[in-house]
Amino acid sequence: MPENFSAWFGVRGWSPRPHQTALLEKTAAGESVLLVAPTGAGKTLAGFLPSLVSLYRERSRTRPGERRGSGLHTLYISPLKALAVDIARNLETPVREMDLPVQIETRTGDTPAHKRQRQRYNPPDILMTTPEQVALLLASGDAPWFFQNLQTVILDELHALVTSKRGDLLSLGLARLFPLRPDLTTIGLSATVANPDDLRRYLRPQNRADKSLAEIVTVKGGAQADLRILESEERLPWSGHTARYALREIYEAIKAHRMTLVFVNVRSQAELLFQELWRINEDHLPIALHHGSLDVSQRRKVEAAMAAGTLKAIVCTSTLDLGIDWGDVDLVINVGAPKGASRLAQRIGRANHRLDEPSKAMLVPANRFEVLECQAALAAAKKGEQDTPPLRTGALDVLAQHILGMACSAPFDADALYREVIAATPYAGLTREDFDRTLDFVATGGYALKSYERYARIKKTKEGKWRIAHPKIAQQYRLNVGTIIESPLLKIRLGRRAGGKGPLRGGPVLGQIEEYFLETLVPGDTFLFSGRILKLEGIEGPDAICSKAIADEPKIPYYAGGKFPLSTYLADRVRGMLADPGAWDALPHQVRDWLKIQSLRSVLPRRDELLVETFPRASKFYLVCYPFEGRLAHQSLGMLLTRRLERARARPLGFVASEYALCIWGLRDMGLMMERGTPSTADLFAEDMLGDDLEEWMADSFLMKRTFRYCALISGLIEKRHPGQEKTGRQMTVSSDLIYDVLRAHEPDHILLRATWDDAATGLLDIKRLSEMLSRVLGRIVHKRLERISPLAVPIMLEVGREPVHGEAQEQILEEASEALIDEAMTLV
Amino acid sequence: MSDPFETFRPSWVRQRALIWGPAVLNSAHEQLPLPALPEDEPAGPQTTAISVAGIGFEATREGGLWWAGEETLIVADLHLEKGSSYAERGTLLPPYDTGATLERLEAVIARLEPKTVIALGDNFHDRGGGGRMPDVYRKKLTAIQIGRNWVWITGNHDPEPQADVGGDWCETLSFGPLHFRHEPKAGRAQGELAGHLHPVTRVQARGRGVRRRCFIGDGRRLVLPAFGALTGGIDARDSVFQQLFPSGAFRAWMIGENRLYTVSFKANR
Repeated sequence: MPENFSAWFGVRGWSPRPHQTALLEKTAAGESVLLVAPTGAGKTLAGFLPSLVSLYRERSRTRPGERRGSGLHTLYISPLKALAVDIARNLETPVREMDLPVQIETRTGDTPAHKRQRQRYNPPDILMTTPEQVALLLASGDAPWFFQNLQTVILDELHALVTSKRGDLLSLGLARLFPLRPDLTTIGLSATVANPDDLRRYLRPQNRADKSLAEIVTVKGGAQADLRILESEERLPWSGHTARYALREIYEAIKAHRMTLVFVNVRSQAELLFQELWRINEDHLPIALHHGSLDVSQRRKVEAAMAAGTLKAIVCTSTLDLGIDWGDVDLVINVGAPKGASRLAQRIGRANHRLDEPSKAMLVPANRFEVLECQAALAAAKKGEQDTPPLRTGALDVLAQHILGMACSAPFDADALYREVIAATPYAGLTREDFDRTLDFVATGGYALKSYERYARIKKTKEGKWRIAHPKIAQQYRLNVGTIIESPLLKIRLGRRAGGKGPLRGGPVLGQIEEYFLETLVPGDTFLFSGRILKLEGIEGPDAICSKAIADEPKIPYYAGGKFPLSTYLADRVRGMLADPGAWDALPHQVRDWLKIQSLRSVLPRRDELLVETFPRASKFYLVCYPFEGRLAHQSLGMLLTRRLERARARPLGFVASEYALCIWGLRDMGLMMERGTPSTADLFAEDMLGDDLEEWMADSFLMKRTFRYCALISGLIEKRHPGQEKTGRQMTVSSDLIYDVLRAHEPDHILLRATWDDAATGLLDIKRLSEMLSRVLGRIVHKRLERISPLAVPIMLEVGREPVHGEAQEQILEEASEALIDEAMTLV
Repeated sequence: MSDPFETFRPSWVRQRALIWGPAVLNSAHEQLPLPALPEDEPAGPQTTAISVAGIGFEATREGGLWWAGEETLIVADLHLEKGSSYAERGTLLPPYDTGATLERLEAVIARLEPKTVIALGDNFHDRGGGGRMPDVYRKKLTAIQIGRNWVWITGNHDPEPQADVGGDWCETLSFGPLHFRHEPKAGRAQGELAGHLHPVTRVQARGRGVRRRCFIGDGRRLVLPAFGALTGGIDARDSVFQQLFPSGAFRAWMIGENRLYTVSFKANR
């Protein structure tokens, strides 16, 4: 390390940490490196040190008057725009204090056009940016020039990046950079993960012959976290997600600490908990709210207050999972299910960002099943076990976007591009056939009916290279780049009256809500948002005008996404715990009693078994099973089982799915039917339900259509809606649902339907997990025919009245709503 | 009883509504196909009566309007060759929309065997649509036109007759008290049958919404849903319909699998 660097560390009373030195040495030798470290290890500085040292050496060799070395040296890529900006600001300090001749700039979607333009001609030494910007830079004809001096790419929060389509897009970007800059060094910064080798591969160009791995530097976690589950004096709820019972205890914990982060799983929970905490906030503690739907300026204010230490607690969602530390947090409270061991570990790391001190965290389960899940997560955290998902297989819609981008930069040779693409780790297994079909899709839509040759977006030149047919195509590409698809959002504005009179007009923006939710409201309805109760006054174009209101039961907006299923790893641990009464000592007595009575009244399944209970209640018959595979997989299972039961004439009426169980009810005794073998339990749960039944259901599935829409937008089949376009040509916009119908009917093998299916299998339908479950329990299904409801069934039975009930046909809704409206109209006449 | 707004409500439906319980806020939406009707129940009617200027029509499940008295089928906004129209401009929508639309048209014509078919404009998505239409579809169209009168009303997308497409072309057509045109006239209009607006509407129940194509009318005039396979829509709550029905009172007939569902919009007072 150069002297002035050592001096800088010295002045601050620091010495470089071993992993910082290790990273310097390995990168100096030209190696790419994955740095795995818990939060608080000085990961970011470690990542930048090699670049700062190299830039210092390179630049200080230059004599006065000599033209200083120039061009982009280091690219820093982060999953969050805000993170790129914050890190840039943090990096300014050492650069200024060491007086390094290094220019640092950010480039995100928010960067003004003139600045982005200037950056193209005069790039900074270090550019902090996002995967989308990298794709845009690479799709330009200047890319080889722009990146000609690039030495290092730093990928921050790599564990989070690689789990999404953004990670696919970025991997393709890297695959383009590697041949441009054969000596390129990549540095990945990651939290602790289950399979670090996946990330090591991601950092290096792959080839079919052998897997190429980056070097790895691992920082062991410091002190063992001080972790406990809230032992409440109150009665533990049987179901629900609010954890309202523990409100007082959460409040007292906040009071007893300097600053507390209260994590919840979804935005609606954040709104509710925030509201409830303020209701009992006699001490007027400064408690704030932070989630992804709030206006950015609002979030920045909260972050600033956090950094300034003026807040006592922040109720937040995963928006605060990533990113730099804004404050001196000494307690993390996780309300609800932890969902995954690694996820929890990362959240816990938010407390006390000094490695040598233990982080302090408290888990607050919201119901009895969550107690089991918390206990499982606790055990995993103590052992340091990880359950991050395995690396994705690269999505074809993202590939389509990339191919078009590459054609925009320069005419390409298909063979060469294929070789380049399979160097990207997620695409290492891509077949030539799939590549060619995707290429064909980009060119002419990839339809079997070859009627679009003359409208091709990219065409083959005489030399056999693919080039864009028209400059307009490049423009289209630029407008549609990226993999983040937002569901249609409306701005929530607080209405104002000019001079206190007249009609309400749009005032300040509080944030954004999914159009889907607002469509379920009529003017006058109240709902909870941004920590207030709002009344919807009306919708004007892209704005929902609201006013402050007082109401006892405001509705709670629901938000798409953000609902992770519990990890297979935790699910397995929970099943293990159920099966092992010896492990129950760690559980609260209420939960122990619950399980004991279950084993007396029914049975507790062994770890590898699936328990199916049937019983009558009121005038209906219930079937409850406990796969523990997460709500999405259960929802799919419910869909498929009701179809089967329908055919068996069990007359099922509906079902409800939770993270842990599935409950179906109907008019005939399903228990008796299964005992008689019409159908048998094994037949009912046979894996072949994933064949025709699934196929048929998908044809009209709302979730499939939504998934298709994402694929159609990312692949460039249809264009994204841009602000300002909402109001024009409504009837002219093509609905992706209609395209899906037409395509399914006429070309079910189309590559985009394949991409949709791949997504749905691991996404909204979670078929992959369902299929693994069905094969796991093959021959191990235990059916208990009971006379009445079992203790284990209580939580899901309570959800029946509370949660959305699936299984009604759309037709039924048309039926009810039309009649309801007619009745209303008739009574008025 | 000849009340056109009488709703079909078999007893099992009412039972079921009770069993299903209260509306709840929903976050995920899925659907099962409508359970098969119990065998002792009659199936619902395939069409529902709609009247305009005192003349009774029936709506078909495909989205057409059947005038039994004159054996005439009326359809609106076929938007044939919409896919290729987009493709020309760089958006490569599936080239199957024309085929899908013609199949639907073929089905309703085969069932009803109309003497006359009136298409209410925007028959093709653009002026060049007829010329671009692949031969296989041209033949199909010709085949279903044979032996009947075929009237194309011109629309804003296809203001002139299309090349190589059979049938008669006109801007408007009047027949007794009825006026067939593409774009509804501003203000009140008695006996008008029009398209252009692609009406759809949404209903809510148990926190879920269902959006379908619909007919919109008040007994004086009727706006037909778009018949084409790739045509989006304007919601019945949009101000454009308030202008057509100044009293604000109109009905929407939503197209379901086997029948129509009626939704009333109250007068805005």
